Amino acid sequence: MSLSILRPGLLTTVQDLGRPGYQHIGMVVGGAMDAPALRVANLLVGNADGAAGLEITLQGPRLRFAAGHLFALTGARLSPTLDGQPVEMNRPVWAPAGAELAFGAPVAGGRAYLAVAGGLAVAPVLGSRATYLRAGLGGLHGRALRAGDELPVGAPSAVGQRLGQALAGSRWAQARWTVGPRLCPVPRPHPVVRAVRGPEYEQFSAGSQQAFWQQPFVVTAAADRMGYRLQGPDLARLTATELLSSAVTFGTVQVPADGQAIVLLADRQTTGGYPRLAQVITADFGALAQARPGQALRFQEVSLAEAQALYLAQERAIRALPGAIAFKALGGSK
Amino acid sequence: MNQACPPPALPVQLFPLGDAAMVVQFGAGISPATHRAVQAFDAYLAAHPFVGLRECVPAFTTLTVYYDPWLVSAGGRHQPYETVAQTLREMLPAAGPPAAATAADSVEIPVCYGGEFGPDLAFVARHTGLSAAEVIARHTAPDYLVYMVGFAPGFPYLGGLDAGLATPRKARPRPLVPAGAVGIAGAQTGIYSLPTPGGWQLIGRTPLQLFNPAWAGPSRLHAGQTLRFVPVSAAEYARTQQHEP
Repeated sequence: MSLSILRPGLLTTVQDLGRPGYQHIGMVVGGAMDAPALRVANLLVGNADGAAGLEITLQGPRLRFAAGHLFALTGARLSPTLDGQPVEMNRPVWAPAGAELAFGAPVAGGRAYLAVAGGLAVAPVLGSRATYLRAGLGGLHGRALRAGDELPVGAPSAVGQRLGQALAGSRWAQARWTVGPRLCPVPRPHPVVRAVRGPEYEQFSAGSQQAFWQQPFVVTAAADRMGYRLQGPDLARLTATELLSSAVTFGTVQVPADGQAIVLLADRQTTGGYPRLAQVITADFGALAQARPGQALRFQEVSLAEAQALYLAQERAIRALPGAIAFKALGGSK
Repeated sequence: MNQACPPPALPVQLFPLGDAAMVVQFGAGISPATHRAVQAFDAYLAAHPFVGLRECVPAFTTLTVYYDPWLVSAGGRHQPYETVAQTLREMLPAAGPPAAATAADSVEIPVCYGGEFGPDLAFVARHTGLSAAEVIARHTAPDYLVYMVGFAPGFPYLGGLDAGLATPRKARPRPLVPAGAVGIAGAQTGIYSLPTPGGWQLIGRTPLQLFNPAWAGPSRLHAGQTLRFVPVSAAEYARTQQHEP
């Protein structure tokens, strides 16, 4: 049971939900950039939501299923094909032994997720299979995938087996049902990302605060799994006092002395010393993670109560999925 | 301080870092007392975790408490932030006064100074008006306090650098600083735990690994430890390095 990488694509890495619990010793959390997309992909094949899958960046890989496997794709629309025929997103798909999955034009969003029933069975490091490129740990040998790599796959769950049996045959097949657009939206090219005020918000001038909520910010070419440097209005702090380093997290918008904002993402450092102007809400991490260099973001202010209500609504929707999918599996529904 | 007199209450503030973390701020400046207050509350939460607590990140004056809004609110039955704030406010007095510093948890870091190990030692000596030997003597004299570990895996923020050694960062950072490099940046000194780009003035290098994910505790250093640099020769450096994994 394995996947053979024929072509690696631009940047394809093994990711799960990261390695929390070690931030006090400076270890980054990492994990999938669009965590909800990976979670849904896993649930669609009967995995635990935090199983390891592939994060596929813009230009996808070409890979072969060594045996028959059930898989699902979520996140960015990167024109996937199985043995040359287009594959639908956000549903279970059966690939017979030898089938080849490839990707074409990046239509929408920046990162797609591939989950395989049983999960990618690379060795965990500090409790996680996520690839952390800077330290060269986790994933497959701590690095992005290369041609010739073989990725081991674990044993599918009972739900994954039943979903697979419903579709299995000599030709590939995909379920007719899908997860809806609320949990699996098509990534928007110029997303509006909601945020709450950051701890140092009051240290910025009124003009800068206003500009932050009203003007667009372009994702520059300096954009990776650690964060995006944004190009937008100059954001001026009213005080020049040095801040003491303190925690930063996914979605923290920090502003160095040059006045150009940086938004931190999955592989962010654990602590930082720049003023934290805003904090993107968890419910919009997916939209943020799907933005590409050259696209413009806008930030929309919400209250902490709204942010937490949106968090709970997203969590409730994801937590309702396993039951619904198990029901489909029991019904043998295609 | 009089033994019978309780330590002065610190002005503790709580504020959010987004929708899944709360910052507990103890005082405003770097001091051993504030550090001990952060450490004491971190230790208390480690011993008394509440449902939904994800992890705590201590820094100079803050303890950031990451939580799962779903779990702390029992699936949305309460307001997550208010629930955590109330829990922490109740715990703060129970956490008790910060413990006094102890010498129990101290580490020695062997460092080979100068030459290829510390290419900026001569620059630091010129900048500070000291001889290279004096720079080494002053750098190895203090007991440093590990205030926090952050920025990179295993990277310690140390307090206690001799003010006479303060030297600005390099105008142009090096594209790659090796792991173990010991440097000075402004009034700080530290040790690079992983090879990274960096602008600190490098005065020496330790053969010890600071971070190894295969170790049960992957970081050699932890907030709250005291640390002393011990000068070693290139031969001792090589011998110690052989015993590192």
